[in-house]
Amino acid sequence: MTSARKRFASGVLLASLFLLFAARDANALPAFARKYGLRCSACHEAWPMLNYFGQKFKDNGYQLMNDRDAPIWQNNGYWPVTIRITPSWHRESTDKVAVDQAASGQQRVTSHGFDVGGLDLLSGGTLDKNLSFLFVLSSDENAAFHFESVNARFDNLFGSPWLNLKVGKFELDNIVSEKRGLTLSSSGGGFQLYHFVPLGDNNFVGQIGDNQFGLEWLGHSANDRTRISAALINSSDGNVDLPGSNSYTGFFAGSQAFELGKLGTQRVGFYAMVGQAPTNTLTSGGPDFPIAGGGFGNKNFSREGFNGIFYLGKLDFQVVTQHGSDDAYFATSTAAPGALPAGARSAVWNGAFVETHYVYSPQLIFIQRSEWLRMSQQAIPGTPSNLGDIDNYVFGYRYMPIMNSRAGFAIHNEYSWIRQRGGAPDGTDLTSNSLFLGFDFDF
Amino acid sequence: MRRMMLNGSLVLTAVVTVALCSFSWAQATKAEEDRRLGMESHIGKLTGHAAAAQGTYRRYCVGCHGVLGDGEGENAQWLDPKPRNFTLGIFKCRSTTTGTLPLDSDLFDTIGRGLDSSNMPSWNPLSSQERADLAAYVKHFSARWVTEKPGTPIEIPKKPEVTAERLKAGQEVFQRVECWKCHGPTGMGNGPSAATLTDDQNRPILPYNFHDGNRFKCGTTDEDLYRIFMTGLDGTPMPSWSDNIKPDEAWDLVFYLRTLQPMKSKAKEIARQIGLKPGAPSAAPASAPQQ
Ligand code: HEC
Ligand code: HEC
Repeated sequence: MTSARKRFASGVLLASLFLLFAARDANALPAFARKYGLRCSACHEAWPMLNYFGQKFKDNGYQLMNDRDAPIWQNNGYWPVTIRITPSWHRESTDKVAVDQAASGQQRVTSHGFDVGGLDLLSGGTLDKNLSFLFVLSSDENAAFHFESVNARFDNLFGSPWLNLKVGKFELDNIVSEKRGLTLSSSGGGFQLYHFVPLGDNNFVGQIGDNQFGLEWLGHSANDRTRISAALINSSDGNVDLPGSNSYTGFFAGSQAFELGKLGTQRVGFYAMVGQAPTNTLTSGGPDFPIAGGGFGNKNFSREGFNGIFYLGKLDFQVVTQHGSDDAYFATSTAAPGALPAGARSAVWNGAFVETHYVYSPQLIFIQRSEWLRMSQQAIPGTPSNLGDIDNYVFGYRYMPIMNSRAGFAIHNEYSWIRQRGGAPDGTDLTSNSLFLGFDFDF
Repeated sequence: MRRMMLNGSLVLTAVVTVALCSFSWAQATKAEEDRRLGMESHIGKLTGHAAAAQGTYRRYCVGCHGVLGDGEGENAQWLDPKPRNFTLGIFKCRSTTTGTLPLDSDLFDTIGRGLDSSNMPSWNPLSSQERADLAAYVKHFSARWVTEKPGTPIEIPKKPEVTAERLKAGQEVFQRVECWKCHGPTGMGNGPSAATLTDDQNRPILPYNFHDGNRFKCGTTDEDLYRIFMTGLDGTPMPSWSDNIKPDEAWDLVFYLRTLQPMKSKAKEIARQIGLKPGAPSAAPASAPQQ
């Protein structure tokens, strides 16, 4: 258990760094703005978060449906490419890190300095009417690129908005999108809820925040008020070359928007992820050499919850809840069909977050997110009931002095504080905080 | 030297005077426009307030229609057709007679529907209250709404049953009033006048090609189509035909025009059965008639 905790402590550090990059590849495309002559604010509540108009544009396959969507209508000089870069100064501080030089074996580690999170190269749009694509190439800070998204879409099949297909690697249909999130810091940049794994659990494929390989069907009413989707995805957390071995996961989502008088248009929805993934793998030349695609011992996991976007004048609230469950084999990191620890059972938890925005104007937005994850059943009886629980509070603002139909430039400041119960090397609570001061621009 | 200075100061005075005049003129128009921020729109039970739409207009519309509503937003230079200049108070989509102001509900509907084959999107994701406020805001740019009332909406008689006779009669109306001069003998938008047409601001404009789309800028239904040619698209060469076409004939024409469009319709089915070909009725040649 202690070594699991140690692993977790460094895990938190790593994961928070990972989040810094993962959460950033939002699909905000000045290329679209250029194509249609729209300002960022038409589609983005605040870049990169979509508003309802932007969501409808996306759901229509990046089309305004004005019979001018095919690229043939564009001037020859039009090139649907966008680049996003986020240079910053940031400070990270974690209170208990396993340190050889510390008398107690652990101490606070703080680091700060200038940095760049990498670079995103995005391209997307129509190839023809109702045929579109998106690719997002993301690099880390060393310019090592990976495909964050790469997919083709077939929209309005048989002339129906209820028949849209997408194949490739894509973001799951989360109406509250992490990829389009407004927070950027290491510990506050992503939604914990979209990546949560209980302590001691080794199931990494249940992360609804990660882009996945698969096939998605999306149907929506013409005005996008009603939308529903189902996706069949590899149980591989978006990794290439089929590491998950012939196992699949289903992701289902639906939502309904309705008008509430002067308050405007509200949206409520649900999502569910149900899947199987291997807990064991064939090896060649020893346990450290798994055979790609050699996974077996599939076990179940599920994530489901409600979500909603609510408006109250200049305030809006994004709310997401989650009920999650991982099979005992995942929860205890046991390779099936090996023997489970005595009394082992599934790990079960509940979580929620509320992200509040005060949109002073399309160019200035204040952000606050509070997130709570609570274990409701530990895999091994007798484990402290709150082990692994997470609390995360994020505060920030984004000011966009430049926001036209060619480019967006944001000044972004943010502070985030996070705590995991029992996550420190010595089994006490682990907390860390991030301060982020940076620029975020795309063109 | 002195002379030059004198000249210089004369020029300076002139410049300052002109600048001051235009400044105060700009101030006056701005003040006048601000007064019009009290403008309302009434759509059924909804009341829209211009002042409430300032933020929404800035977020969604300003890049094309401009801060002053003059259609000179930063993107206007790249667009064709150009965004509407709201200060003129002239609109394509009206249920009212030609030359008059549209109803509030016409503006409301247009904002929700968008204008096909242009960059004007459908804004139906906005709530009805927001669209009503925007309709009032669009009005506040033009002094016309202070001095004039919207026109009277034209009456549309109940749609009759489509028959073979009506299709043939519609074809004759198309011939008689010379829709083909602009829209082409078979409705492909290639009539003899098509290439030379310009709108009120002298910008080239093409007639609608009936074979190309199943939507119009100003609606999709048979009633919309009736309304379109009986009220005309103000600001464009597409006139109102209410003086030349009787209501019953107008329905015949609606049915005939439906046979030219790509999508399935009862009119098209009947046309196929009776072998009705687009173009001039049997006697005349089907090629472009002589002018
Ligand atoms: C991307 C550019 C663009 C944006 C953004 C835009 N419009 Fe337009 N709008 C146009 C164009 C272009 C036309 C003229 C189309 C035509 O003549 O066919 C137009 C025309 C109109 C008309 C005149 C319709 C008529 O009957 O003549 C209204 C009213 C209007 N827009 C309202 C709005 C409102 C309200 C918004 C913001 C919610 C908005 N527009 C945003 C491009 C835009
Ligand atoms: C003088 C030339 C001219 C004549 C004659 C003419 N039109 Fe048009 N019409 C136009 C032009 C130009 C447009 C395109 C306006 C625009 O794009 O804003 C148009 C557009 C239309 C549209 C589409 C409007 C929309 O909302 O998209 C219809 C329908 C139409 N015309 C019907 C007719 C019919 C029926 C007749 C005969 C009764 C007719 N037109 C005669 C020039 C003409």
